[in-house]
Amino acid sequence: MSSHTFRSFFVVFGLILLLPFSLKANEDFDIMHHIQDAHEWHLWGEGHESKAIALPIILVDNGLQSFSSSYLYHHGELDSVKTKEGNVEYYTKGTGPAAKYALYHEKIYTLNKGQLQMHGEHPSNAMPLDFSITKNVLSLFIGSFLLLVILLITARYYKKNGAVAPRGIAKFIEPLIIFVRDEVAIPNLPHGKHKKYIGFLTTVFFFILINNLLGMIPIFPGGANLTGNITVTFFLATCTLLITLFSGNKNYWKHIFATPGVPLVLLPIMIPIEIVGIFTKPFALMIRLFANMTAGHIIVLALFSIIFVNKSAGWAGLSVPMALFISLLEVLVAFLQAYLFSMLSALFIGAAVEDDHH
Amino acid sequence: MPGMFGSVAAIGAGIAVLGAGIGIGRIGGSAVEGIARNPEAAGKIQTVMLIAAALIEGVALFGVVVGFLGGK
Repeated sequence: MSSHTFRSFFVVFGLILLLPFSLKANEDFDIMHHIQDAHEWHLWGEGHESKAIALPIILVDNGLQSFSSSYLYHHGELDSVKTKEGNVEYYTKGTGPAAKYALYHEKIYTLNKGQLQMHGEHPSNAMPLDFSITKNVLSLFIGSFLLLVILLITARYYKKNGAVAPRGIAKFIEPLIIFVRDEVAIPNLPHGKHKKYIGFLTTVFFFILINNLLGMIPIFPGGANLTGNITVTFFLATCTLLITLFSGNKNYWKHIFATPGVPLVLLPIMIPIEIVGIFTKPFALMIRLFANMTAGHIIVLALFSIIFVNKSAGWAGLSVPMALFISLLEVLVAFLQAYLFSMLSALFIGAAVEDDHH
Repeated sequence: MPGMFGSVAAIGAGIAVLGAGIGIGRIGGSAVEGIARNPEAAGKIQTVMLIAAALIEGVALFGVVVGFLGGK
């Protein structure tokens, strides 16, 4: 093994060792808390000495209210309510400008007579419209900023120097872009039509790739599970769906509403199936990316929680190598999911713009 | 032992992953056999294998997501 491999191995190993320092060692190790969105970006520490970036909370509740989330997290008051089954649920009441609101499981509710009331297992209080800059939104900004910076610098290099062998960051990005063009766009789109859609495919590929890789970094600015947020993948899948629908030519719609080679009696069955098929394909795209990323993060967190659940640092000898192996697998999955999403999008768009060749 | 009793949803997720394991194992096996027969096509076979494996993994993760929803 060359010294290069050793060095990169140690870098990855070192980065992964940072992860336990950002986890809270509670009695009840909360994995879901690290996967989900939050109104603050927790860095390290627990309880009152925790260090977090307090993000702005922006609510629409009789006008626009905005305040720092430290009024709900750091300066909030802990309160509890009993559900019908007798479980005790803890929530935080805000102070200062956040005095009317409560935070329960990272969601903001309007306090009713100063209290959160439970209806069965869920609160029955009203929820104001939440447009806060949450952890995922900030991570989206960071990921998009990185995306723009990297790709625009690459584009500017070619504008200045023409179509030459690149140097600098373009040297790293060019094989990826050629990969998207030659392996994803051209094989799946009909001849000559790939130029119209390659912008979308490249953007989707790099967006998913950059955000997946950012999610693997344990500390700020990485570590927010953005592509594991189902609303984000829903939006990406909706983009694919809209592009497919709006570029569908006559041949495509003929295949859906009058599938060639099907006897007329079977058409009433085939048409609903085909229409549902239009929606299930992007739905599968959405679920595939979301579940892969979330499951990967849960596995890594569960392996690290071995240390915390047993409350002894000695378990790190078992936990860290296993987590390292799984994290390397997750880097592969990050690339694979980006490739797969863009390839399947190219496939669906290709099916929509295909010429009739019977 | 506290915490040893998971939900039935976890068993369901485990069975879904069992199906994925069988499916992807078969794909891997056929891919390796195909490469053994025709080493020149190794690149293409590898690409197709990765795509098929990722699609099957998608289906297994449907089952895992239902497990998430069914559990707590």
